[in-house]
Amino acid sequence: MAADYSAEPILKVENLSQYFKVSRDFTVKAVDGVSFEIYPGEVYGLVGESGSGKSTIGRAVIRLYTPTAGKVSFKGREISGKLTNEARDELRTRMMMIFQDPMASLNPRKTVGDIIGEGLDIHKMYATKEERKEKIDNILKKVGLSPEHYNRYPHQFSGGQRQRVGIARALIMNPDLIIADECISALDVSIQAQVVNLLKDIQEETGSAYLFIAHDLSMVKYISDRIGVLHLGHLLETGTTDEIFANPVHPYTRSLISAIPLPNPEVEKKRVSETYDYYTSGIDYNVGSNHLIEGTHYVFGTDEEIARWTGKAGA
Amino acid sequence: MEEKDKILDIKDLDVSFRTSAGTVHALRGVNIDLYRGETVAIVGESGSGKSVSMKAAMGLLASNAVVNGGQILFRYKNEAGEIEEADILKKDKKWIRRNINGRHMAMVFQDPMTSLDPTMQIGKQITEGIIAHLGVSKKEAEERAKALLEEVGITDAEKRMRNYPHQLSGGMRQRVVIAIALSCDPDLLICDEPTTALDVTIQTMILNLILKVQKERGISVIYITHDLGVVAKVADYVNVMYAGKIVEVGNVNEVFYEPAHPYTWGLLSAMPDLETEDSRLYTIPGSPPNLLHEPKGDAFAARNEYALAIDEKEHPPMFKITETHSAATWLLDPRAPKVEMPEELKRRIERMRKEAE
Ligand SMILES: Nc1ncnc2c1ncn2[C@@H]1O[C@H](COP(=O)(O)OP(=O)(O)OP(=O)(O)O)[C@@H](O)[C@H]1O
Ligand SMILES: Nc1ncnc2c1ncn2[C@@H]1O[C@H](COP(=O)(O)OP(=O)(O)OP(=O)(O)O)[C@@H](O)[C@H]1O
Ligand SMILES: [Mg+2]
Ligand SMILES: [Mg+2]
Repeated sequence: MAADYSAEPILKVENLSQYFKVSRDFTVKAVDGVSFEIYPGEVYGLVGESGSGKSTIGRAVIRLYTPTAGKVSFKGREISGKLTNEARDELRTRMMMIFQDPMASLNPRKTVGDIIGEGLDIHKMYATKEERKEKIDNILKKVGLSPEHYNRYPHQFSGGQRQRVGIARALIMNPDLIIADECISALDVSIQAQVVNLLKDIQEETGSAYLFIAHDLSMVKYISDRIGVLHLGHLLETGTTDEIFANPVHPYTRSLISAIPLPNPEVEKKRVSETYDYYTSGIDYNVGSNHLIEGTHYVFGTDEEIARWTGKAGA
Repeated sequence: MEEKDKILDIKDLDVSFRTSAGTVHALRGVNIDLYRGETVAIVGESGSGKSVSMKAAMGLLASNAVVNGGQILFRYKNEAGEIEEADILKKDKKWIRRNINGRHMAMVFQDPMTSLDPTMQIGKQITEGIIAHLGVSKKEAEERAKALLEEVGITDAEKRMRNYPHQLSGGMRQRVVIAIALSCDPDLLICDEPTTALDVTIQTMILNLILKVQKERGISVIYITHDLGVVAKVADYVNVMYAGKIVEVGNVNEVFYEPAHPYTWGLLSAMPDLETEDSRLYTIPGSPPNLLHEPKGDAFAARNEYALAIDEKEHPPMFKITETHSAATWLLDPRAPKVEMPEELKRRIERMRKEAE
């Protein structure tokens, strides 16, 4: 299913902030005033450097954290404040997260079959034991594992196999929104391709939307309808995949795109990519506003910066 | 010039795991060579045995592992600067932990949480090893730790040293692990998917950092990675692994521009390049063999559209193509019909060569 932009967004994030107080004199502003929305059936790619707040956004949206400020709505219902039982239930069954760190998110004492079946168990989503087993076997096959893996424990798998267990656990619930946090980065290329094709198939079948968090821009480019670029907790640039790749405006986005390693040894060994250092760039993420470039392409900065970056300075 | 000094020599390594469902034959005769100062990449599908090979080299195999045969010779410089040789498989775990791990051979794992202690501040985790292995004072160890953290790109290093692992992002944790690995000046650094959790800009920074340290100190590096872009950037030699065997080995240009094994063709084709416009990515059909039921003949045959009748019966030997390049495919047998790589891949390689000019 293609993204439905005429519908109400399935997820709406407005001015989300998430701070962590690490010690008395040190607070990490992991996410600072971020806004974006995701439409039904849409894949929204979130990219940015390590520590920029991508996972934190995912975790705040699915309410593993209570947001410091801002508002998050899922299917028209606010989910950032105090949750009603009904809202919590909907959140737990209609939104699923695939975690970045498969080992840390899989219970080591449970078999893979039971880990995957947990959501089904809690929400009583089967009539008979056989139906449960069948559902789990099917999803195992779908993610490229085999029913024989049912009784194994997470530590008995390779890294990529474990990641597929996490994917199976999310997919089995048929959610409306899947938050996929670096869900393919631990996989090798051929399985990455399989999983990405799989995510696309599932989406066509069920119309799920994805918040696809990744740092592999060639994969993000391939799978996403729109992209948001995050740096130091600020959303700097957003637009359709074509808008971002054809015309990256923010110097940070430009440096990201220029750093994508290419599978070409002669080129790669000689290459020097564009660098970007916030602290010496003179840019201050606390001042400025979103500027419309074209279509759905927005860039955050001051009037002067935007003019400079788009080559319209002095005009 | 000094004779090339072989630092690691893995010969016919054969390892199984006992599981409740039966025996998993994870490594079925692995051969890997590495010379001092050089970089080798190991690529291959998930579950092909990359991590297990390296865990074996570090003496860290899981307790349900059985070594059926093979040798792992590691040659390192001892305190007096002389070269010493150890056959890792013959040493006991305690000896390896005391004399090799973290001192002469350091490993950066795929999953940073497995090598960090969640209950200990990261500063302490770095200084501990420095004090134990290098015998310096606590104060000096702290200085070194701070410098290392800055070197791997962690800002506010002094404050961050007081953080616990869960307070760091995935990428920052991985950088801490890399700092720990470098802290004791190892002879050999094994990086298992070191940058999969990192974004491209930091990845570039870390890879450059490892390259720099490598040049300065003459250490050898093994990269396990899925990212062929990373391989292209750092590797001198590439080993392609499939179902517990090395199926192609060559220098990086040979493997990228003149791949000979159909599995390598598949791997290179599955990469999305920025030009990919198709609505589906190429994938290698089927899935890797389940090593609970070891395949007869060539393990890749069932997925190989170029498979020959003999593939069903007998595993191909390594055929030598050049001094440095070999591949285990019957297609290289002089009696085999002439088969070329897929058109699409050929065009892609031509495009890559043009870009390189
Ligand atoms: N529970 C926590 N307590 C304190 N600080 C935290 C916590 N969780 C995250 N942080 C901090 O918030 C910032 C953003 O972290 P986050 O994990 O969201 O980054 P990320 O963009 O997902 O990075 P990566 O690509 O490395 O996974 C980092 O500086 C991190 O140290
Ligand atoms: N302790 C164990 N018990 C049983 N099987 C194991 C154990 N450790 C690894 N294996 C199996 O051995 C095979 C090789 O695993 P390994 O971790 O080396 O894969 P890998 O090539 O590193 O894959 P990835 O790219 O996914 O990390 C896999 O089939 C895995 O399931
Ligand atoms: Mg993260
Ligand atoms: Mg591995």
